[in-house]
Amino acid sequence: MSGERSLPATSLGISLWPRSTWPRVRLSPMMVSWFQVGPLALVLTVLVALPAFLFLAVSFFDYDRIGIYPAFLLDNYRELLTTPATYRVYVSSLRLAAIVWAITLFLGFNIAWFLIFHVRTAMVRTVLFLLCAIPFWTSGIIRTIAWIPFLGRNGAFNQILMALGVTHEPLEFLLFSDFAVIITYVHLFTLLMVGPIANSMAKIDPALIEAARDAGAPRWRIMTDVVIPLSKTGIALGSILVFTQVMGDYFVVRQMSGGQSASIVSMLSTEIQAMQYPPAAANAMLLVVFVAVMVAGMMRIVDVRKELVK
Amino acid sequence: MMIGGQSFRPISDRRPWTFYALGGLFAAYMLFLYGPMFVIYLLSFQGENGGVTFPMVGTSTVWFQDILKRGQMANIPISFGRSISLAALVSCITVVFAVAAGLGFRRKFPGSGFVFYIAVASLVMPGLLIGFGIGLGFQFLGLNTSLFTSALGAQLTWTLPFGLFAMFAVINRFNRAWEEAAADLGASAWQRLRHVTLPILLPGILGVAMGALTLSYDEYARTTLTIGPLNTLPLELYALISSATSPTLFAIGTLTTTASFLIITTTLILVFRMQRRRSLANMKVG
Repeated sequence: MSGERSLPATSLGISLWPRSTWPRVRLSPMMVSWFQVGPLALVLTVLVALPAFLFLAVSFFDYDRIGIYPAFLLDNYRELLTTPATYRVYVSSLRLAAIVWAITLFLGFNIAWFLIFHVRTAMVRTVLFLLCAIPFWTSGIIRTIAWIPFLGRNGAFNQILMALGVTHEPLEFLLFSDFAVIITYVHLFTLLMVGPIANSMAKIDPALIEAARDAGAPRWRIMTDVVIPLSKTGIALGSILVFTQVMGDYFVVRQMSGGQSASIVSMLSTEIQAMQYPPAAANAMLLVVFVAVMVAGMMRIVDVRKELVK
Repeated sequence: MMIGGQSFRPISDRRPWTFYALGGLFAAYMLFLYGPMFVIYLLSFQGENGGVTFPMVGTSTVWFQDILKRGQMANIPISFGRSISLAALVSCITVVFAVAAGLGFRRKFPGSGFVFYIAVASLVMPGLLIGFGIGLGFQFLGLNTSLFTSALGAQLTWTLPFGLFAMFAVINRFNRAWEEAAADLGASAWQRLRHVTLPILLPGILGVAMGALTLSYDEYARTTLTIGPLNTLPLELYALISSATSPTLFAIGTLTTTASFLIITTTLILVFRMQRRRSLANMKVG
């Protein structure tokens, strides 16, 4: 393909775009970049930044059963911040996020390590990576409910345990519990960790590891002093993705905890369904600020931007 | 889509113990990943009198026929069509905008920090909140939410930052020497883009397209408050789950998995063939 193209490319191009009719406007490189980035920047500004300002405004509004009224009240925030339920749900969401983050980081780092440093041919690596990715192409909703027949009282897991003689009675805590919620999150989100970390690890020059080994470094020193520092962008990106996915979830918690726990967003969606927009907006603002602070903290530790945009 | 990286060969050919440990972990993860999926594929062939859990009461295809029957499930095929057409549109827009922006980011320009951080913000903002904001915006402007306006926009806030970040990874591997060589041979900016840059980036660009397609097809958090009266497939499933539980849900899962599997396998075969042809051509030239 490229062989045929290398010669006639210029002549072909000239016949397609005759120079005489093409207006010769020379854009400065800066302008070209603006034109290239412009559409994306415009869409995101209109659809993310403006709505964020909108619900900032609405969070100060007054409301009753019929509608919402422009005002500048702090009541929505006061109510939100003085309810114990708010703290409870934030603490429980953070706890879930921390557990899921630790598990997915452990799995993601080790799987990426296996794929990049132990698998020797690119073909096998691609096939194994695809094996990790295939379940991602099934709807998240389906993948969530897939755990129900697996974890239930008569579910596959209990049957296996009983057949192996590990337990004599089916375990009750498997389904509709925090355990089920965590399992489902790990199932849904581990790939978000594997992808970025594997991408960072693939860029590490094998000669560096070779050199460390020749210098007599034991395996764990190669890991802590060579691989982890060089794959920290991937670790940070994966962590950000997993953390924000867990904090933003409302479906898995509702479905898998059996109504025992709530998440921040499921609380919020209840308010939205009840058309209580101003308190929902205040709640949303709190969550956005919270997530933004956490993400900014992670990006302070690792300068993701410097690594990504070179 | 391919994970690059050089093959890593230790001096001695004996595998270290870590290989077996991590290989075991990988195998266990595969079991964890596929176990529940196979359970639902199996249960979607549950017998007529069976329920949503084991044991299997014979086998049948009743639950698949149920999807096409009139009645409660009547919306499934229609909403599948809606999801696919929305996903195709989202994917096209994402490819064009994200590839352009990825190329734009190769130079330093004033405002790049703003664009970068708004992309991060829209990636990390909980999906339901984005939908809520866009829905509120439409309400304030007196517009009705619908599939190809507000829902399209809401999904773009998810696929565009994803596409941009994927393009960063793709472009990082691109060797600018190709472009410089083209410029030295007298190629114009347009010719460089058309005949050098885009063909080299093509596998990565196809990856972005597939990624955007899957993300959009699967999206429900951003879409639920922006969709208007006509549901996409995930929203239809969401509604079904809260109302009824029958193996039909699993049958839908089996069918949709097969559908996405076919789409993605076709694309991958295309990418592989493209890469093969390219390496063959390179061999001829070299």
